[in-house]
Amino acid sequence: MSGLSELSILPQVLIDGLTLGFIYAVVAVGYTMVYGILKLVNFAHGEIFMIGAFAGTEVLLALQRFGIVDGVNPYVSLLIAILIASLLSGFIGVGIEYAAYRPIRGVPTLILFITAIGLSFILQDLVRMVVGLAKGTYLVNGVELFSGSFAIGGSAVITEKAIVIIAATLIIMIGMELFVKKSKWGIAIRAVSQDPSTASLMRININKVIALTFFVGSAIGGATGVLYAQYYSTITPYIGFLLGMKALTAAILGGIGNIRGAMLGGVLLGLLESLGTAYIGPLTGGAIGAEYKDVFAFSVLILVLLFKPAGLLGKAVKEKV
Amino acid sequence: MKKMNSLAILTLGFSVMLTACGGSNGNSASSGTASPAAASSSSSGEALPVIKLATQTALSGANAEMGIDVKNGVELAVEENVERFKSLGFDLQLLSLDDKSDAMTGTTNAKSLVNDKDVLVELGNIYSSVLFAAMPIYEEANLPVISAATTNPGLSREGWKTFHRVSGTDDTQGPDAAQFIFDEGIKDIFIVASSDDYGRGLADEFRKKADELGMDVLGNEQVDPQETDFNTISTRIVASGAKAVFFGGFYAQGGQFLKQLSDKKYSGMFVSGDGINDNGFLETARAENVGNVYFASVVGDLLNDPEGQVWAAKYRAAFGKDPGAFGVYAYDSALIALSSIEKAISDNGGGKPTREQVNDIISLTSGFEGILSKVTFDEKGDNVDATNFIKTFKSGTYPAEQIKAME
Amino acid sequence: MNIQTKLTGLRSKCFGSRIAQSTVIGVYLLSSSLWLHTAERSVLAFLMVLFSFLLLYYADKLPVPVRIAVGGGVFCLLIPLVTDANPYYLEVVSNVGIFIALALGLNIVVGFAGLLDLGFVAFFAIGAYTYAIFATKQANQFIPPAFMQFPLSGEWFWLFLVIGLFVAALFGVILGFPALKVKGDYLAIVTLGFGEIVRIVFNNLDRPVNITNGSRGLPNIAQPELFGIAFKPIHYYYLILIVVAITIIVIRRMENSRLGRSWVAIREDELAAQASGIRLLRTKLFAFAIGASFAGVMGVIFAAKQTFIDPSSFVLMQSISIVVMVVLGGSGSIPGVIVGAAIVTVLNVQVLQEFATWLKGLSFISIPPELDPSQYQRLILGIILVLFAIFRPKGIIPARRPSIDMEAIRRSDKEGKPLE
Repeated sequence: MSGLSELSILPQVLIDGLTLGFIYAVVAVGYTMVYGILKLVNFAHGEIFMIGAFAGTEVLLALQRFGIVDGVNPYVSLLIAILIASLLSGFIGVGIEYAAYRPIRGVPTLILFITAIGLSFILQDLVRMVVGLAKGTYLVNGVELFSGSFAIGGSAVITEKAIVIIAATLIIMIGMELFVKKSKWGIAIRAVSQDPSTASLMRININKVIALTFFVGSAIGGATGVLYAQYYSTITPYIGFLLGMKALTAAILGGIGNIRGAMLGGVLLGLLESLGTAYIGPLTGGAIGAEYKDVFAFSVLILVLLFKPAGLLGKAVKEKV
Repeated sequence: MKKMNSLAILTLGFSVMLTACGGSNGNSASSGTASPAAASSSSSGEALPVIKLATQTALSGANAEMGIDVKNGVELAVEENVERFKSLGFDLQLLSLDDKSDAMTGTTNAKSLVNDKDVLVELGNIYSSVLFAAMPIYEEANLPVISAATTNPGLSREGWKTFHRVSGTDDTQGPDAAQFIFDEGIKDIFIVASSDDYGRGLADEFRKKADELGMDVLGNEQVDPQETDFNTISTRIVASGAKAVFFGGFYAQGGQFLKQLSDKKYSGMFVSGDGINDNGFLETARAENVGNVYFASVVGDLLNDPEGQVWAAKYRAAFGKDPGAFGVYAYDSALIALSSIEKAISDNGGGKPTREQVNDIISLTSGFEGILSKVTFDEKGDNVDATNFIKTFKSGTYPAEQIKAME
Repeated sequence: MNIQTKLTGLRSKCFGSRIAQSTVIGVYLLSSSLWLHTAERSVLAFLMVLFSFLLLYYADKLPVPVRIAVGGGVFCLLIPLVTDANPYYLEVVSNVGIFIALALGLNIVVGFAGLLDLGFVAFFAIGAYTYAIFATKQANQFIPPAFMQFPLSGEWFWLFLVIGLFVAALFGVILGFPALKVKGDYLAIVTLGFGEIVRIVFNNLDRPVNITNGSRGLPNIAQPELFGIAFKPIHYYYLILIVVAITIIVIRRMENSRLGRSWVAIREDELAAQASGIRLLRTKLFAFAIGASFAGVMGVIFAAKQTFIDPSSFVLMQSISIVVMVVLGGSGSIPGVIVGAAIVTVLNVQVLQEFATWLKGLSFISIPPELDPSQYQRLILGIILVLFAIFRPKGIIPARRPSIDMEAIRRSDKEGKPLE
């Protein structure tokens, strides 16, 4: 490939990377919120994202059957899908916390971790079975709401989908920032994350706050699922696992427990993957190619952690003896 | 002192209880899937000696549609011949196992298949890599294998006596695709291969021929078989100006690839092999995007063939859906198996034949005409009468239209 | 009187005395092996024979040498005899053996030292590929023929057991070094990342230089030879048995050594351990390396036994399965881990398939393919994990804290001799 065309695709690559990165970012925020408050990595978060994707797709397919999709502004359909999906995901998240994590609060991290992995598996298979029974296959092709695109300088093309996703995720992230900084409940969440015992002395109901954290984290995860389904148009019960791993990696990259860090980590990871896919092949003269993009991303994570063990924006926590 | 816990006492009690009914349990757990007709025949009167056809294929996983289709083809053949075999004094059954597209499961299943003395022929594999792992086991047990869809050329080069295949091989599919693109006047191509066995093999053979023809390969990328994000690769392809993209891989992934390519306004040709020969490809890529899709196929044109149409109707009646690409070849391979077994039975004076006997007869198959295939096995087990075709999804519907046959 | 007390009473009556224990074991062994012999594919019979060793473990009124002898008899004589007509069982029990060793290796890392490693299967893969590359024609791809011709003959297998051990241990250190420098909670993700990296690399290392033949795998792996006899499945069984036995002995020794106690100290309270003078990084690295070496040895054996390996046997799901074995059985406890490994392996390989086949055989129930039980693997693993984590986090057979023998400690202090 000539050097000229390599550079010319850069804007496009960056846009793709950003879109993916923003999706990672929102999911990463979900992970980081729960970790901040419970010191627990909720592995099942990826599955909640996946359930959101399926719920949203079902809603859109149903709307389509009733002719609503074609008649109404696509943004309205999207909004309906997001609302329903986030509510559903939020409640499932709270349900999981109540049924699986609350009874074992206080056990060693290993056990919590194992429980989360177990939940993740259960959800994956349950969705697969339900969807498989209903449709005969577990691969579901969704409704495409936005098929337009705009050319911006050179050969870069930005699709309407990408714009919608970036806009929506930005709104969500800004909303989260405001929520956590300004609202009463947001402050309560921060308080419990920093110091649960003192917070309870201030008459904050720890259980309620934890439930709320799960709800909010899961809801935005579910909303992102709907956006993901728009971006790729095809979903399977296993997208949660893969994306969850990546988003978790992003959260750690940014410093887990830190919301801004999660956002940063997500965007960075998305860009890294996109750049890797685009340039590893040409740069190495075809010796190795895009199949190593995950290796690339993980390696960056490990390198970052070597030099900044708490992540990019993480603060080193002083351990009390 | 260690205390024995409830677990051990439960085990003890359980075992005593089970040993009592141990005998009857053991026998009933040993049979595989029995086709409905066979089940009813064995319940009437005394049990006839059993002959089983076994299939081991991917019944779960991303490409299960293909695996199930193949199993259905064999099942149809078995069901049609149950009566015939009963008159010969045998209870014909189908034993179907799921290899989950995984080599380790494949070998464990193979061992249990081989262990079942009633299994005389193995059919129905779709993943070359799984069959590769299982073949040594089949070979050692002299269990004949007739494959309808595994196209990896390496399979017939290991010198296995029990290996036979009805379909063509990748080392003809790939080059035929390259030749087709060249004949259309296109020289700038981009290759993307899924890094699994099939995808890589196909793409490599394609590449060799493309280089030979002097085509300009603008890029050659590999992707993980689970990869679903092709946005950046699509960007590169569009920027490179390639007029044809060759994809080595299966339909679930191929469909997503084409969808994202189309989103990036790619308008060139999309060429692949039989891996995308499934309705799932159309659904995932969306029908409006497949106008320029061509693929090399070892599969003939089922619905334009009068016999094929009759067969497809039978399939639909039995399974409630349209046959996929390989179902009919699995059916034909089952017919070969059954007729060979029949001949072996008569050679054996009406007694149950051994696997070697059946294998010898299968290997001699020559000029067999199935619903869609003509089969003559050479000494390596390949079908010398296999033809490749070029097909297209131009019409946007499944099954694909056949354009030409390559020699 | 609640159930627990009633059971305890029943326990001591039926199993309390020497005579009772010997009778029970005798009857159990006799009946289960008869059943196994007559049944073609009965999972239950098989599990029963396998778990006879559990009974032996709990028969505390019989002297230890006797129990070991009986156990040895079961595994060395009984099982081969009974499964002689049925290579399928031999295959399953060999696989169980392999995973027992793997789980024991992971137990060192997770159970003893408390380090959550989600990429353990990478070491297994490294061992397997180390042997396979040289035991097939593969190595000819990058080693000039003048130097050496491949595949190597079967006698090299024994040397490769050792080579595999060291190569895996080396990678254990290489991977462990950065992994252990990160904050404790991140260890899991980093190890997972490493596991994936190893798999992806193996899957794609056929260009630019073809080292692993990528996803096509390596077929026709040379079979080990001993005194000129090529290996048959039964030989693999004995080999695996021996390796598992050695593994158990070595780990037992380590458990009671200074190193083993350091691991437990780190697991319980890192800060206190460090304050007591334990070199954290070095001790953790040891855990990693030793755990990896067991996996490496088993990898070599696995490759030879399968005669064909490809990257799909070394996926993330395997790593997690092994973690399940350890947690389910009892993190840190050797007999627990063995039981866990047996249960999970048999579940993955046999139970679900058999259940599915049996269900399909019942002609009055028709199961749609999506609900096929052989695909319930994840669901069942997940349910097991969650239930155990909530109700019995210590596992089926929890690790026993060795009671502190103050007298022995004082004595060893006084005499200046090491602790027994």
